[in-house]
Amino acid sequence: MLIIESFEIKNKLGLHARAAAKIVKVASTYRSDIFLERDGIEVNGKSLLGILNLACPKGSFMSIKVDGPDAEQAMMELKKLIEDKFGED
Amino acid sequence: MGIEEDSGKRTLVLKGLGVSPGIVIGKAYIFNQLDAQIKFYTIENETLVQKEIDRLMIAMDESEKQLEVIRNKLREAGGEEPSIIIDVHMMILRDKMFLKHTLDHIRGKKVNAEWALSMTIDHYKKLFDKIEDEYIRGRYYDIQYVGRRVIRNLSGGKEEAMADVGEGVIVIASDLSPADTAQMLIRKVLGFATDIGGRTSHTAIVAQSIEIPAVVGLEYITKVVRTNDDVIIDGATGLVIVHPDPEILNRYEEKRRHFLELRDDYLEFAHLPAVTKDNKRIEIGGNIEFVEEIPSAVSHGAEGIGLYRTEFIYLNRDQLPTEEDHFQIYRQVVESRGVGWSTIRTFDLGGDKFFSKPKLAKEMNPQMGLRAIRFCLKEIEMFKTQIRAIIRASVYGKVRILYPMISGLEEILEAKRIFNDAKADLKAQSIPIGNDIEIGVMIEVPSAVIIADALAKEVDFFSIGTNDLIQYVLAIDRINGQVAYLYEPLHPAVLRMILQTVEAGHNAGIPVAMCGEMAGEPLYAMILLGLELDELSMNPTLIPRVKKIIRETTVQESKELLQRVMTFASAVEVRECVEATMKERFPGEFSAP
Repeated sequence: MLIIESFEIKNKLGLHARAAAKIVKVASTYRSDIFLERDGIEVNGKSLLGILNLACPKGSFMSIKVDGPDAEQAMMELKKLIEDKFGED
Repeated sequence: MGIEEDSGKRTLVLKGLGVSPGIVIGKAYIFNQLDAQIKFYTIENETLVQKEIDRLMIAMDESEKQLEVIRNKLREAGGEEPSIIIDVHMMILRDKMFLKHTLDHIRGKKVNAEWALSMTIDHYKKLFDKIEDEYIRGRYYDIQYVGRRVIRNLSGGKEEAMADVGEGVIVIASDLSPADTAQMLIRKVLGFATDIGGRTSHTAIVAQSIEIPAVVGLEYITKVVRTNDDVIIDGATGLVIVHPDPEILNRYEEKRRHFLELRDDYLEFAHLPAVTKDNKRIEIGGNIEFVEEIPSAVSHGAEGIGLYRTEFIYLNRDQLPTEEDHFQIYRQVVESRGVGWSTIRTFDLGGDKFFSKPKLAKEMNPQMGLRAIRFCLKEIEMFKTQIRAIIRASVYGKVRILYPMISGLEEILEAKRIFNDAKADLKAQSIPIGNDIEIGVMIEVPSAVIIADALAKEVDFFSIGTNDLIQYVLAIDRINGQVAYLYEPLHPAVLRMILQTVEAGHNAGIPVAMCGEMAGEPLYAMILLGLELDELSMNPTLIPRVKKIIRETTVQESKELLQRVMTFASAVEVRECVEATMKERFPGEFSAP
């Protein structure tokens, strides 16, 4: 199954190392392929360096694409993580 | 080291980015020099490629194990926060793209694993350099750190043990990562100085959080400092001084003390003028020796540079500075934002300080030897180079030139003649020069005080250098602990000499400044007001407190205090009277000793 959803980054520091690490941690537990996209640049959601390189500041928009057998569950967990501002602030 | 001078230990000043303020003086400890040299070779035989990849994988596993150990150690010591940074490092280590890049280099370019890793690090440097967000951009250093750890494991390097870093040292490193600081008895480290890093680097963050000074971005400090070398770190200006000579050491010990004493509530006085309650305005200057100190001087309330010590222009290089070298520096000083005037003091040391092989006879008593103006009048070409540059800089701002250690009229006449020659030469060469450059003498030799009336006719201002004046008047070697108890700025002889100098200056219609340590001592502020000094120039961190006192008193009551004090013949009585008065007048400022 393929799911794509768009998000606004709301935590103060944006997708900095700690937040990116949390995404990687979650993404890595799923079998589905997970990609993050911003401004036409797509990176692997299981790669910390990739996510960092997107450099999403607070208030930026990015989308997540999940493709695979456990896509629904993966997207749900990622969505919760982002909406909780990665447990920060 | 016996009689022989250790000529290899010349004072060296490095400039970097100050990321955590404060001054610290101590012994260097070189930590974990990772990147001595990265091996390079190509893989000739296709079958050896897999072997190289195996080497890489083993080194990566090894690195992961090391990081796990460090993470556990961190968790025991300080909870989750710092260990999360190690998590980031472990993720970088396991990052598929990081590995893929490295493998591609081994397979495609047929290079060894160490080199392939360094290419990957470079790749990410380019990528991250483009990122606007400073914090995320700074994560490049984490990638570099991880890469270097793997390289070290590939080369069979050992991890430095925690116990190796002693207590009370200044840690010098190429860069410091959380894993590095985790291995140190961090609370026992005095300061950090690193080759690389920026404001958001781990070194900066750790230093700020434990409030120790740090300077990063020094580029090559690990190349010029050895473990156990003496080092000074000034985290506010970003300066690191290696092998400081005794004079600089002294000055920085003072600065360190003042920095520690500076209270936040004084800072609100920094930008107010030093005006007494009966409306007498005192000009306030800052004493500096590096251009880097100017922003901090201005933010502490300096209205001008009251003493720019130029010795470092000579000390920090292999050859004598050229006129252009001087000029560029002076221009920077006079053009600095917020600087109303710049008093540039000409070379004030002996020749032994910069001729690498002492050509000159060793002096028994260098404080009274061939130094300052005496030396300059012997080395006229060197002197002229400096004077020409100062005159040229006066195009860009208000410049006062100050001649040190004048002891007789001939010296100032000769110095003025050289100044006028230089000016005429510049004019003849059509090099632009400023019009209103002022000439002054430093009053620091007792004979100059006695003939101050004659000197005043020759110059535009006086500046009293109290450190040397007190030393010469009282015949006290300040460095000699045995007689230090006799060093007393409030000695009646010293006060009378200052009064005599001020009167001679004012009779001739010229202003009198004071630029010695005495000028910045809050306890003496009323005495100095009573002595009617026009300008006080001091270590910038002292300015707010001195301004506070000046603003809360009057010239009237200061003069009354001075008059009372001048009736005493004993220094002890003077001190008792001044301390009692100041404590009574400013109970919050001067508590019982």
